[in-house]
Amino acid sequence: MGYDRSAGRARLRAFFLLIVLAVCGPALSDAQAPVEMGQPPPNLSPPSALVAQDTPNDRGESIDLSWTASPQEALTPSPVASYAIERAVSASGPFEAIGQASIGETSFTDNSVKDGNAYFYRLRTTDLQGRSGEASAVIGPVSSKGQWFDRKKASTLLLTFGFCMTVIGLIRAARKGKKFYIRPIPGLSAVDEAIGRATEMGRPILFVPGLGVSSEVSTLAAFTLLGRVAKKTAEYQTQVIVPCYDPIVMTICQEIVKSSFMDAGRPELYRENDVYFVTQDQFSYTAAVNGIMLRELPATNFYIGKFYAESLVLAETGSLAGSIQIAGTDEMVQIPFFVAACDYTLIGEELYASSAYLSQEPPLLGTLKAQDYGKAIGAIVMVIGAIMALADQRWFVDFFKVQ
Amino acid sequence: MQRELPRIITLVTGLFLAIQYFIPHRYSEQFYETALDWLIIIGIFSIALGVASLVNHQRQKIKRREEGFRFSYVLLAGLLFMCLTGFITGSGTDSLFYRWGYVGILSPITSTMFALLAFYIASAAFRAFRARTVIATILLVSAVIVMMGRVPLGERLIPGIAHASDWLLNVPNMAAKRAIAIGLGLGGSATALKVVLGIEAPHLR
Repeated sequence: MGYDRSAGRARLRAFFLLIVLAVCGPALSDAQAPVEMGQPPPNLSPPSALVAQDTPNDRGESIDLSWTASPQEALTPSPVASYAIERAVSASGPFEAIGQASIGETSFTDNSVKDGNAYFYRLRTTDLQGRSGEASAVIGPVSSKGQWFDRKKASTLLLTFGFCMTVIGLIRAARKGKKFYIRPIPGLSAVDEAIGRATEMGRPILFVPGLGVSSEVSTLAAFTLLGRVAKKTAEYQTQVIVPCYDPIVMTICQEIVKSSFMDAGRPELYRENDVYFVTQDQFSYTAAVNGIMLRELPATNFYIGKFYAESLVLAETGSLAGSIQIAGTDEMVQIPFFVAACDYTLIGEELYASSAYLSQEPPLLGTLKAQDYGKAIGAIVMVIGAIMALADQRWFVDFFKVQ
Repeated sequence: MQRELPRIITLVTGLFLAIQYFIPHRYSEQFYETALDWLIIIGIFSIALGVASLVNHQRQKIKRREEGFRFSYVLLAGLLFMCLTGFITGSGTDSLFYRWGYVGILSPITSTMFALLAFYIASAAFRAFRARTVIATILLVSAVIVMMGRVPLGERLIPGIAHASDWLLNVPNMAAKRAIAIGLGLGGSATALKVVLGIEAPHLR
């Protein structure tokens, strides 16, 4: 039996072809049958109970979506990877994808809408391969609009209004001659004594208005006390030095000191060069003020306003220089430093009491008394809140939650 | 009128901004952003006032030959150097001279000032924790408990001190902090109201 060479080559080719097919077959078949994105794989159910509504208490141009997750999310392993959010301007479409929510998320905020336009939404479940399942029911039409009142701030409005009315009522009562008891505040009682000491020693007074800008309330408190201190220094013919961190604060401080000197009848004593800008770098400012303390050796230092990490560096340097020191800030972290290093510290609302306490003017005393009433009302509300919370009446506590 | 006009502007702006806080609508938001933009614009212009004040103050010191007046030369030279460098080569860290002046000189100097705080804390703590009165003694004992509770060695030496430290911080300390915060909030609101209504305006007397 002879060997057929052509048949042998054909068998060899067939053998190699089989090997090639065996090795590359699966890859080729995959390549020949690419995944069709969006084609629904079996049993990939959409989320349900889709709700779309205008975002409440917002500026407008926003719609909130929420839904119940696909039941397949709970399976292990879960075939669900995410939810594709689609939007259209009519119920029949065409729908376009506007975002994606990850597995576990059941809400989405669409911030790409225009107020007044109607929109329709639907969701699709997407698996790990990026294939989308059947679409959920279409929800809509829904449109967005901006609100003119933020209901979450209703309690803040109520309390602010109540407090303002109390202030105005007590100012009127004070103007009619009603006398109010104001508890002694050692830090403020010491102001006149501290200015007198500086006069006796023939040394200047240093007033540091802090690192705050003019829109901060603690800086406003500093302006008030500066006015009082400057008037007294003008009467006693003592120098007051005010190094400033902010140029606007500097301008206001110059006006205050100038007005106070005029009020005291000593405008000729006012020196613009005593109220000056130093720098807007925190520790450069600290170094500059420390330098003033050690060179000028002021008899009294006032630190009133906004202070941060430099508070202790300033107060300790002043203490080493032998100055009487009076401090007040609304930065609670810095209060202990001032307590440790200063002779007197204005704590809490004492910082804002200086004008009323020192001038004893009826309108100002009225505002001071209103703060006491405010605290009393706050304490009563807290007690009622505790009782209501114990009685499981959460609505009362929720109403006063700060949003 | 010179005094009344600023009071009217303060009243109108203050009331608008207070009302704006409760209105989330985008028109209200735009008004707020415009007000902030104006604040920034005014702030930028005020820098010129600040620099003028600084230069004038240093000039006076040099003129009067006050103590340490030579440092005024250093300050003015530094101001001029940084201004020129910023204008000529830009203020980013790509600029060699700016980097040299700011990163190489100013940052280490200010960091040194900040580092001094550690020594000041030690000296202030020494003064504050002297047990001269009953209250000062309570403060000293509380401080020791808190400090020991914060370090691993404290719990090792005195078991349970970390819990005592946490209790001190979260109960009596928190109560005091909240009382101060309520006082500050009410005092701040009253002061803001006084300024808006013109009851208190020390710069407009």
